[in-house]
Amino acid sequence: MYRTSIERALAVCLLMLACGCTSTQRKVEAPKLGMPVSAEAVAREALNVFPDGRGLPDGRGSATEGASLFAKHCAACHGRDGRGGSAEELAGASRPLDHPDADKTIGSYWPYATTVFDFIRRAKPMQAPGTLDANEVYALSAWLLHANGVIAADAVMDAQTLPAVRMPNRDGFIRIEAP
Amino acid sequence: MTDHPPAPAHAAPASDEPGRRVFLRRGLTAAAITGGGDVLAQSGTTGLPWLHVPGQPFSPYGQPSPYERYAARRIGANRAVAGNGVSFTPLEELEGTITPNGLHFERHHNGVPQIDPARHRLTLHGRVRQPLVFDVKSLLRYPLRSQTLFIECGGNSNAGWHSEPIQRPAGSVHGLVSCAEWTGVPLSLLLDEAGTEADASWVIAEGADAGAMNMSIPLAKMREDCMVALFQNGERLRPENGYPMRLIVPGWEGVLHIKWLQRLELSDQPVMSRNETSKYTELLPSGKARQFTFTMACKSLITAPSHGQTLRGAGVQQISGLAWSGHGRIVRVEVSVDNGVSWMDADLQLPALPRSFTRFRTAWRWNGKPAVLKSRATDDAGNVQPERTALVAERGRAGYFHYNAIVAWAVEDDGLVSHIY
Repeated sequence: MYRTSIERALAVCLLMLACGCTSTQRKVEAPKLGMPVSAEAVAREALNVFPDGRGLPDGRGSATEGASLFAKHCAACHGRDGRGGSAEELAGASRPLDHPDADKTIGSYWPYATTVFDFIRRAKPMQAPGTLDANEVYALSAWLLHANGVIAADAVMDAQTLPAVRMPNRDGFIRIEAP
Repeated sequence: MTDHPPAPAHAAPASDEPGRRVFLRRGLTAAAITGGGDVLAQSGTTGLPWLHVPGQPFSPYGQPSPYERYAARRIGANRAVAGNGVSFTPLEELEGTITPNGLHFERHHNGVPQIDPARHRLTLHGRVRQPLVFDVKSLLRYPLRSQTLFIECGGNSNAGWHSEPIQRPAGSVHGLVSCAEWTGVPLSLLLDEAGTEADASWVIAEGADAGAMNMSIPLAKMREDCMVALFQNGERLRPENGYPMRLIVPGWEGVLHIKWLQRLELSDQPVMSRNETSKYTELLPSGKARQFTFTMACKSLITAPSHGQTLRGAGVQQISGLAWSGHGRIVRVEVSVDNGVSWMDADLQLPALPRSFTRFRTAWRWNGKPAVLKSRATDDAGNVQPERTALVAERGRAGYFHYNAIVAWAVEDDGLVSHIY
């Protein structure tokens, strides 16, 4: 294509200019020191729970079971009914989202029920995060969803039913920079 | 600002027009007239103890002068949970563009973990061909990259949404932003090593704090310019900034820069974590909320003079401030001393790096009468920092996050500076 070495060199230079390449941006060689690990081993430690339910563990719980757990682990900061405490208001929204001082509770604002499980399992209670078992996290999730009027008191939450819960504000978000 | 000596009364006629050259010429004249003899007689150097007594011994890690103890982070923590809250960088006490590591702002959700690096691992998994685990020593052997970048909390300056202007020092309102040179492993190297699946479009990053905080970040951004940072301003990360490793997401909101990074899960969808749904989303007057608003907008503020400081007499004042934009490079900062009626270009400290603090400065001859100081930044993508009225008209006042409006400081005739809208 290029008849002389000078032409070839010129073409390479033009290409580099076009790419904005400089000597400081040359391709780096990685030592590749990552240690392979099995997907199964990773899954045992993974905490992410996706809106479609991926990541949810076995186990089950209802709002009835969750009530005493909430009183024990959560009410001191969040209030007996999930409101009026020093921490986030979790339930009992009265002012709608188009109110200047809107209540952003789980029931009024959160778009996915799976988020409740994901967050409780990894972050709660504040003094001992990650110590609740799967049944307890399902039960607390169920209690919070029930306290917000989203599910019935006797509804059982598990890996199938929790992602099937449709939150009232599911379509309340405008994705600005998401792919 | 408060330490500036009063300008000689005869140095210049009262004027509120900025004009450094005029000042410098007259200032030299004034100095020549008054001389320095009287000053030395009053505060001579003889008898100063440090001239005659041996000083302190060497120190393994230097500390600021005890006379600078007031240059400290202001802490705003949850009374019930001490490790939940923020600490602000005292922007009004600093100059230049680099935030000292001990003054970098903090936002923690449940305290600062003291992580033993020998027991820390970074797991890369999900939609990859081969899940991989990296330890700290391995990452230190990778090709490193350094970049000077600001990190700004999405909730920085949120008092700006209040109906009344908050009366606090500049850093205690706007100091959830800091700027450091971060050095780490380009994430693209680790992603290539694991091999990404075709349907991977998000990466969920997770920290090793008490709560394992997680956030979703588009894979394209991770490939483009993110890094796993190991060093901050030349030294290993401070615990409160993610030791032994944190994610750096240039120009994007601080909450994405996951500290104590322990996990990167590739996915075809965001995880919809608590902090990307119920928090770090901005409620609009319509009741809908903006979500995944990643880029920190074009912004600036004057750090001197600023709230709580007092100008010591009419005459020339040095105006200094910071500008930054998550979209790129700051190309212009204008300053107004008449509440935005007229503007003049400030000098930018060069080089003005993309997604980094840019220091701007200009001189202003204060006539001793009430004045209102403002700064307005423009970035190389053409974004211009908005007036507060325009921002509120667009977003309402319930959004809480991503406040980037022009900041106004009122100077009273006694020299006291306060915050106004």
